[in-house]
Amino acid sequence: MSAAAQDTAVHTAVRTGRLARAAIYAGLLVFAVYYLLPLYVMVVNSVKPLDEIRSGDMLALPRAFTIAPWLSAWSTAQIGVEPTGLVPYFWNTIRMVVPAVVISTLMGALNGYVLTKWRFRGDTVLFGCLLFACFIPFQIVLIPMASVLGFLNLAGTTAGLVLVHVVYGLGFTTLFFRNYYDAFPTELVKAAQIDGAGFFRIFWRILLPSSGPIIVVTVIWQFTNVWNDFLFGVSFSDYDSMPMTVALNNLVSSSTGVKEYNVHFAGAILAALPTLVVYVVSGRYFVRGLMAGAVKG
Amino acid sequence: MAFLEIARLHKDYGPVEVLRDIDLSIEEGGFLVLVGPSGCGKSTLLYTIAGLESVTRGEVRIDGRTVNDLPPSKRDIAMVFQSYALYPSMNVAENMGFGMEMRGVPKAERRRAVAEVAKTLQIEHLLERRPAQLSGGQRQRVAMGRALVRNPRLFLFDEPLSNLDAKLRIEMRTEIKRLHQSLGTTIVYVTHDQIEAMTLATRIAVLKDGVLQQFGTPAEIYADPANLFVADFMGSPPMNLIPAAVRADGPSPSLLVERAGSEPAALPAGVKGLDAYVGRETILGIRPEAITEVPADGAANGSTVVDCRIEVVEPAGADTYVITHLGGREVVARTSPDCGVRAGETRPLAFRMDKAVFFDPATHDRIRG
Repeated sequence: MSAAAQDTAVHTAVRTGRLARAAIYAGLLVFAVYYLLPLYVMVVNSVKPLDEIRSGDMLALPRAFTIAPWLSAWSTAQIGVEPTGLVPYFWNTIRMVVPAVVISTLMGALNGYVLTKWRFRGDTVLFGCLLFACFIPFQIVLIPMASVLGFLNLAGTTAGLVLVHVVYGLGFTTLFFRNYYDAFPTELVKAAQIDGAGFFRIFWRILLPSSGPIIVVTVIWQFTNVWNDFLFGVSFSDYDSMPMTVALNNLVSSSTGVKEYNVHFAGAILAALPTLVVYVVSGRYFVRGLMAGAVKG
Repeated sequence: MAFLEIARLHKDYGPVEVLRDIDLSIEEGGFLVLVGPSGCGKSTLLYTIAGLESVTRGEVRIDGRTVNDLPPSKRDIAMVFQSYALYPSMNVAENMGFGMEMRGVPKAERRRAVAEVAKTLQIEHLLERRPAQLSGGQRQRVAMGRALVRNPRLFLFDEPLSNLDAKLRIEMRTEIKRLHQSLGTTIVYVTHDQIEAMTLATRIAVLKDGVLQQFGTPAEIYADPANLFVADFMGSPPMNLIPAAVRADGPSPSLLVERAGSEPAALPAGVKGLDAYVGRETILGIRPEAITEVPADGAANGSTVVDCRIEVVEPAGADTYVITHLGGREVVARTSPDCGVRAGETRPLAFRMDKAVFFDPATHDRIRG
């Protein structure tokens, strides 16, 4: 091949590369717009007065900006029969999510620790059974769970919901921690035994401090699942333990008066905001955790 | 009196026998090396001494006391692991002080003990660092420091040098030996490297498939191997193992060894046990240093001179290794670098038959006189 021909070839290659790249970016842009459009609609319409929405254009930017729908959704909107806004249910959800996430994460960590570092006869079978929990659909456990909650006298309480979410989440959290601890050097546990540390001391002092990345993964997973859960919430909660997702449904389907779409949009964003915050905040730690792991020899 | 005693120790994992009736003992201040190929059970044996593995039968006694049922932390031992096993979330000082912390030693005392050991090992400048920030050699030092700071009665080392590069390995080997000489603490050391075993040990236990093959001083193991496995495993380059026919030849039998390109060479047998092997085969074991060039002033007493065809010459600086073929096997001789041997020539080599050992080809046991 002559030098000139080679030059043209290189040139063509560069141009094709550039074209391909442009096509890829264009494609990605289309996907991003498609994916973000609903969020845009929600945000834009949550800051419009109601008649502006009724007048038609859902995609237009607000002419008269207002945060009244947000305030209303938060504290005064009609939920079912009470004009309380979402705020009491927000706290209900917090009271449910925090213990459920903490307990299921800790128990998952403990399970993973036992299943990898204190092996016993039948441990793989037990782990298999726990894994099976990941494949059980929500609907199947509703009725047995209801009778268990009734038997434990926890029906309709926040504690009952915590129990449900801990039990349901345990399969996943155990799976995460077992796989993580499987790669954790057993010699460290042996060394700590020689140093005189016992079962829980080894867990607290040796394993947990090195579990940052997997704790973040588990917390993100559990937090979003428990926060977003609707089925367990609607099935097992009472008026004073009702989580935010159920309250949001009641807000939207409330039949008195006019449909306040702007309030509904604001309420939906409010309900989704905490999971977003968790992603943004711990996502950073997650990446940092991975980097720390990368340089560990 | 023996400080560490292992009596008829047996260990099964279900149907698999990992250790079979091991009997060992080492006096206080001794350096016992457990050596063998991977999977021979040497690490398991160390773990049973540490108390990290239970025993199926038999006893482990430390200073006369049976410790079978004592947890590791109560056995007054310290262990250095192959991977060093430094706690990743603690800095070096915390790593070294962790054992004392678990025993409730006050902080000031802990700090003093750590500082003292750090000084002997020259790792004072590393005390604030995390294990991830240390090089392999530094981690190795910290792991030893963590063991030293406990001031135990028995040190256990599980292949501590296998993760280091060759040069550092030799340096640390010397350092461990120096440490042992200055502390005088009993050490049990596991390795698969027979040179480490030879250089460090006061006693060597050679294991294979969970069975103790031989237990003795390095000199005994080297010069007087109990069987073919020990002879082959210990020594570098390894002992030459040459099939030879035993034939009756006057009052004592002699050996015939096949030679490439000429008629078989005759060698004197010199071991009484070979009388029973007349008309059969034996395996002649002779170390490379017992086969040399014939000196200008004639072969030494006890030597037999055999003409050998030299195939390969490997100069190694201090020695020149010469490879020939006898009995269908490659045979290595160690000659002096200035004897001028060349590949392709046929040359007389002097065999120190008084240093030779013999093995039964079927049972692999030693034939003694």
